[in-house]
Amino acid sequence: MIRRALLVLGLACALLAPAGSLAHAAPVQRTTLADVEDEVMCVLCGTALNISESSQADRERAFIKQQIAQGKTKDQVKQALVAEYGDAVLGTPSGGGFNAAAWLVPAAIVLALLAALAFIVPRWRRSARSSTDAPAPAATPALSAADTRRLEEDIARYER
Amino acid sequence: MKRSAVPLVAVLAVAALVGLLVYGVVTKSDDKTLDEAVAKGQRPAAPTMTLPVLGQSSKSNSLAAYKGKVVVLNFWASWCDPCKAEAPELEATQKRLAADGDGTVLGVTYRDASDDSLKFIREHDLSYPSIRDVDGKLAKDYGTRQLPETFVIDGRGRVAAIKRGPVNRQFLDEALAKVGA
Repeated sequence: MIRRALLVLGLACALLAPAGSLAHAAPVQRTTLADVEDEVMCVLCGTALNISESSQADRERAFIKQQIAQGKTKDQVKQALVAEYGDAVLGTPSGGGFNAAAWLVPAAIVLALLAALAFIVPRWRRSARSSTDAPAPAATPALSAADTRRLEEDIARYER
Repeated sequence: MKRSAVPLVAVLAVAALVGLLVYGVVTKSDDKTLDEAVAKGQRPAAPTMTLPVLGQSSKSNSLAAYKGKVVVLNFWASWCDPCKAEAPELEATQKRLAADGDGTVLGVTYRDASDDSLKFIREHDLSYPSIRDVDGKLAKDYGTRQLPETFVIDGRGRVAAIKRGPVNRQFLDEALAKVGA
């Protein structure tokens, strides 16, 4: 009975030990103003908060610091910002309509490039293959006796 | 003779981008529908939306709650300097409307943190209620681009007067006279 209890205790320790070591290996990082600032917008200036210098930007920074002081994570701070200032604070286009173009146009360009590659690459390969399959150019015609003699004389003169 | 489809595809792509640009310019341009109607002497229906009450996020309020009453709908924010200048006129109007039982001033905060808005209310001793248009959807329905903006709405929920910019006593008197308040 005691042996069994010790065995269970040992197993429990073995299972919990890695969790404990993981907890030490990955300490919870405290959110900083800089972490959040470069991912949100100054809602009035329309620029990223980390480069905004307006009084509204200062208010948003103060709000972020307040949230950090409450121990909130980056995501929680961003959620709090959205609750106060709306989606515009995230600086990512939201909703449908024209705003959807911000996502759709880059995707369409990538697709168009892929389609163009899919179209062009097989043509290049075909043309490369056909150039290797083509008959070799005719061999250089033999020199006449006069030309051979003149060439030999020129070489001899050059080597002298 | 077989012709390449590449030029055709390129032309279509450019046409699509130009079309998108035109669509963007048209949809993002200022909505003047209400202004044009009011300028013609018409009274278009006032857009309405249920939004959280400033300082009481568990409660909500909307124009519909003031059916039969005159509403002076004022978009404002604590960061807006002209809003500070017009606040005393709006408070005086609120006192008058409340005393006569004719209606209310209803503030709508726009892209403003609650604490900042509440501080503004305390500083200017405002007694009228405000709702929070966090996503700016109500402001969009009213074509609001800059603060402050004020819409005087009659008892039947129709826009009777618009002021895009700070209000003054003369505008409020004339607009309220129009709606019988």
